[in-house]
Amino acid sequence: MSSPLDLAGARPGPAFTVTFDGRDIEALPGQTVAAALWAAGITSWRTTRGEGRPRGVFCGIGVCFDCLVTVNDRPGQRACLLPLQPGDAIRTQEGTGHDD
Amino acid sequence: MTDRPRLAVIGAGPAGLAATVAAAAHGVRVTLIDAAAQAGAQFYRQPAAALRAGRPQALHHDWRTWQRLREALDAHVRAGAVEHLTDHHVWLVERESGRFTVHALLGPEEEDAVAVSADAVVLATGGYEKVLPFPGWTLPGVVTAGGAQAMLKGALVVPGRTAVVAGTGPLLLPVAVGLAAAGVKVAALVESAAPRAFLRRTRALAAQPGKVAEGAGYAARLLRHRVRTLARHTVIEAHGIDRLEAVTVAALDGEGGVRAGTERRIPCDTLAVGHGMLPHTDLAETLGCRLDGLRVHVDGEQRTDVPGVWAAGEATGIGGSALALTEGHIAGRSAAVRLTGGTPDPQEWVAAAKSRTRLGEFAAALDAVYAPPANWSEQVTDDTVVCRCEEVTAGTVREAVAQLGAGDLRTVKLLTRAGMGWCQGRICAPGVVGLAGCELTASRRPFARPVPLGVLAEEHSQSTTRAHTHPTDGGPS
Repeated sequence: MSSPLDLAGARPGPAFTVTFDGRDIEALPGQTVAAALWAAGITSWRTTRGEGRPRGVFCGIGVCFDCLVTVNDRPGQRACLLPLQPGDAIRTQEGTGHDD
Repeated sequence: MTDRPRLAVIGAGPAGLAATVAAAAHGVRVTLIDAAAQAGAQFYRQPAAALRAGRPQALHHDWRTWQRLREALDAHVRAGAVEHLTDHHVWLVERESGRFTVHALLGPEEEDAVAVSADAVVLATGGYEKVLPFPGWTLPGVVTAGGAQAMLKGALVVPGRTAVVAGTGPLLLPVAVGLAAAGVKVAALVESAAPRAFLRRTRALAAQPGKVAEGAGYAARLLRHRVRTLARHTVIEAHGIDRLEAVTVAALDGEGGVRAGTERRIPCDTLAVGHGMLPHTDLAETLGCRLDGLRVHVDGEQRTDVPGVWAAGEATGIGGSALALTEGHIAGRSAAVRLTGGTPDPQEWVAAAKSRTRLGEFAAALDAVYAPPANWSEQVTDDTVVCRCEEVTAGTVREAVAQLGAGDLRTVKLLTRAGMGWCQGRICAPGVVGLAGCELTASRRPFARPVPLGVLAEEHSQSTTRAHTHPTDGGPS
């Protein structure tokens, strides 16, 4: 089966490890938080302030703020824009992310 | 060298790149300011450099044009004529005594501020996608069509294994083709426009044979990937508990309502949906530029009605990349001549102006053909969340209209909080006006993006210092 990496002829450097809610996932150099989570099959990483509903990427270009996430204890970051570094700790953002 | 006037171009998409290259080639220094790490913006979005894509053109249309722009930009940067500021998120442009200060936050953290001075500005701020609400549209797995494409082009990832691409507009074709080429099974392309509508516009469409061939090319690739197209259909609901599992699609009748009994369920883990585009006009609005409806008003030279401010591309009306290129080119040429004290002769860009006219007519024809179903709001149940940020439901909006008399976007916002969240109503406004039965109007946001309070406090203390301590020399910068 073809993949987007194959389609674009990508030859990224070695994958590195980050964590999502404490478990290890692999990320490629250059990937954003959202890209690494999608590649790991994860599509939601925030719960809403009111109803506690799951959210992930919606607009993908930094306009909608639906993909907010906590990275290295800093909440409210847009997963679709933020590049990952080795060892980053990604956590599901509950509500505003300031209560935990 | 330092005496040469400086032009700030905001946005590194087709319009901004064309303006930058044209102005630099005609003798002015240009500061190109853009939010992304690389030039290209949305249409020419490039894979992150560290992914080392050897074949990025596989994800793109019109790669040759991009290469020419990229090479010209690189040459001007090497020659010192252009400074390209990446990761700069512009939140405000100020005009004072005929000069401009562009305020930006440094990304991706967007905490630290920077100010860039210029003698004139080209606003090439682009657009963003319009998505109308429907039951289930907040489920993870539902993404905008442009968002699916941006993640594919920029990060080389896809959201799932089986996708439905739906809504209306020319963007749906490349999104469906792109996802299919990247290994996603595209179960259906659901377009609410009727094929018949294209036949009524044949004159404007036939005037752009290249564009018609582009459409035919996408159609052939859809066939090759065995993507079935459901024209005159719409998605009426997305299903799932904590993520998308299926959508229900239905045929539309002649009035734009759902044809009873035609509903069918399509299993999928991804829905890429969009209903057209809207211009980004925040920076133009705070500068005081006149708007025509939702677009920045410009003259034949792409000048706004504020002296020293040009605008080009989607900000002046949604028309696609080819139109944005011609508008950007004309804006750059005009700005270069006027900044060096001359008066431009439009004959110098007569070919670009002719293209602009033809492409503008083509865009108007497409806009008339691609329309969301007239009665789309009938499908929006009262418990559907309309404002995604503040979790305001359609029922709450309807109550504000019916019980409390809200008749415009601003009153609905004050009564319900719809549009008060992080995105500042960019996403929900088209849905809210549809439910409220009022017109979509420009929103007059003071800042183009969220700004940390610390940055505003710093700006305030600097302007106070200027006013009180250094009334004549301009103060610290």
